[in-house]
Amino acid sequence: MTGAEVLLEALVREGVEVIFGHPGGAIMPVYDALYHRRELRHILTRHEQGAGHAATAYARASGRVGVALATSGPGALNLTTALADAMMDATPLVAITGQVPTTAVGTDAFQEADVTGVTMPITKHNYLVSDVNDLPRIVKEAFHIARTGRPGPVLIDLPKDVQNDTFTGSFPETIDLPGYRPTYKGHPRQIERALAALRAAERPILMVGGGAQHAAQPIRRFVERTGIPVIATLQGLGVVAADDPRFLGMPGMHGTVAANRAIHEADLILGIGLRFDDRVTGDVARFAPNLKTLIHVNIEPADIGKVIEAQIPVVGDAAWVAERLAEGAEPLALDAWWRRIRAWQEENPLPFPEDGELRSQAVIKAFGEATGGEAVVVTGVGQHQMFAAQFYPVKRPRSFLTSGGLGTMGFGLPAAIGAQVARPGETVLLFDGDGSFQMTLQELATVAKYRLPIKIVLLNNGFLGMVRQWQDLFYEDRYSEVFLADSNPDFVKLAEAYGIPAFRVERREELEDAVQRALAEEGPVLAEFRVKAEEGVFPMIPAGGSTEDMITEPPEEARS
Amino acid sequence: MRQRHVISVLVEDHPRVLTRITSMFARRGFNIDSLAVGRTHIPGVSRISFVVEGDDRTIEQVEKQLNRLIEVLKVVDHEGPRLERELALVKVRVEGIEERIELKEIAEAFRAHIVDVARHALTFEVTGHPAKIDRFLEELSNYGVLETMRTGAVAMDRGERVIKLRARREAV
Repeated sequence: MTGAEVLLEALVREGVEVIFGHPGGAIMPVYDALYHRRELRHILTRHEQGAGHAATAYARASGRVGVALATSGPGALNLTTALADAMMDATPLVAITGQVPTTAVGTDAFQEADVTGVTMPITKHNYLVSDVNDLPRIVKEAFHIARTGRPGPVLIDLPKDVQNDTFTGSFPETIDLPGYRPTYKGHPRQIERALAALRAAERPILMVGGGAQHAAQPIRRFVERTGIPVIATLQGLGVVAADDPRFLGMPGMHGTVAANRAIHEADLILGIGLRFDDRVTGDVARFAPNLKTLIHVNIEPADIGKVIEAQIPVVGDAAWVAERLAEGAEPLALDAWWRRIRAWQEENPLPFPEDGELRSQAVIKAFGEATGGEAVVVTGVGQHQMFAAQFYPVKRPRSFLTSGGLGTMGFGLPAAIGAQVARPGETVLLFDGDGSFQMTLQELATVAKYRLPIKIVLLNNGFLGMVRQWQDLFYEDRYSEVFLADSNPDFVKLAEAYGIPAFRVERREELEDAVQRALAEEGPVLAEFRVKAEEGVFPMIPAGGSTEDMITEPPEEARS
Repeated sequence: MRQRHVISVLVEDHPRVLTRITSMFARRGFNIDSLAVGRTHIPGVSRISFVVEGDDRTIEQVEKQLNRLIEVLKVVDHEGPRLERELALVKVRVEGIEERIELKEIAEAFRAHIVDVARHALTFEVTGHPAKIDRFLEELSNYGVLETMRTGAVAMDRGERVIKLRARREAV
């Protein structure tokens, strides 16, 4: 066996079925071996970043480890954005990159880059393989590290000569990583303390994040049992169904008034699988000023107490801990608390202007209604992303795939590819903006090649809308370099050039028919919605602000 | 409250492990006052000692972020009674016999050794707590210090307390 064959054998042993990648010089032995291994499906993207995001979304939609493959130098460097993205949003990923031969490493050889050096701070761990006989161990460790603890990306840099070397070793059955032993079972004493604190709390809330996506069942049971109000971060959407009466929406910068007020007044927060990032907290000093007890459940000890001090830290797996909490919890007497929350909800519905204009919010809502909140939703990054988070009623876990921590524009289209590959029979809806879409639109070719029936909903406002919104609010309307409409392509013709059916919608009256038309398409389709350009995402807590600084609706001038 | 901490880290002796650690310190904005590294009696295990300054929260994050690294086996903050030593080589310019005598007296007071003698230069070797080395260098600053090299502090708990590693090998 050659190193390349060993790699593929090791991947098969890890249960890998799909690889997203792009070939090149230094990874050719692996691609040659792949030619003979038909049980490994390879999805050829048109850019390595696309392979990385597709593998990320595949992982998050399926709960498995995503695998991306690229060549050395430029190929590997093109993966880096996706690695950083996966690191931020705790996504299990194994990236395999070709490297120049060991004899050439360090000589500035053709297509050489110090990929293990470059990716050190944006991977959970990485390896440079120098001996082919280490390869099975390294692959086994890489998958173990990627999928356990706080999941994350692991990169294996594989020099070309090692890919060709003859293997004389064996495939290990066990893993020996003495420095890596994640804690799965939360400490029983801490869980007891958490349950006691919950019983004593007057204004408790539950906050769930991306780390709770695999714990939806026990969390839903816990919510059912206790009647506790639930808030989900951007990555936590779908852990509890959006139509659950106890769901208050998203917190933070573009969160609902009710969610942010509830955090402001809460005396207890039970946080599961989240890390209180700055888009959630705003000004940390003014975050949750009435909080007495934070119960922080996270598998990564470093994420507990990093931003907000936890009175009851619980290091452990979200599903394991939620299971114990659901078992031990009792119904909570929260009538007075709920009355206040209901009042906030009634007074502050999400702003949804219905003035006959075609707006992103209405488009997303219409798709939400037509799909019953059951689609796998993927987004790019920008205003459309926040509108999708606010208005698409996500019903199921692992079904809202978005770039949260890194905020990677261009995430959408390749991520939709990964999602559709992971869940072939399901409706995958991509909400993307014209700015975000153009960062990775070459992946239309991948959509076309594999006839992936993705419904691309392009919310074209002709602007970098989120930047423009900040310019509106904080830079006195100085629209510096955010205008795209004068040079955007004809997106309908563009999609058609790739053989993807497409149509354009310009008026509000056409919306419902257009939604039906898009969803009725058997294969891929691009529906371009020419949405109102002068639009802002509200409510909004400006960066570094607190609930008290919340702007609940657009300023007068921006409404016209 | 900001305090000086000496932290020992046992790591797997892999290529780039030091880079991983220092890169993490840099990325997270932790300041390293000094760093020393060497092999241990356990094959494949190296020991690094850091001197870092920070409040309790920062030090807690330093320890937790170190523990996140796969190749870090053990992190210990030496909070109790500890031995702390640093070694320095200092080369000083000497002009006349008087200076030579004065320097020798200073060296004796600090139990520093003259390890190299030249016509116009003396080189001292001094070991001890970093604060002692600071004072030694301060004394010498009245003379013509030509070159200094400090190793960074190494530390160990006093008494019978030791840093233990967990047993290796775990089936998955």
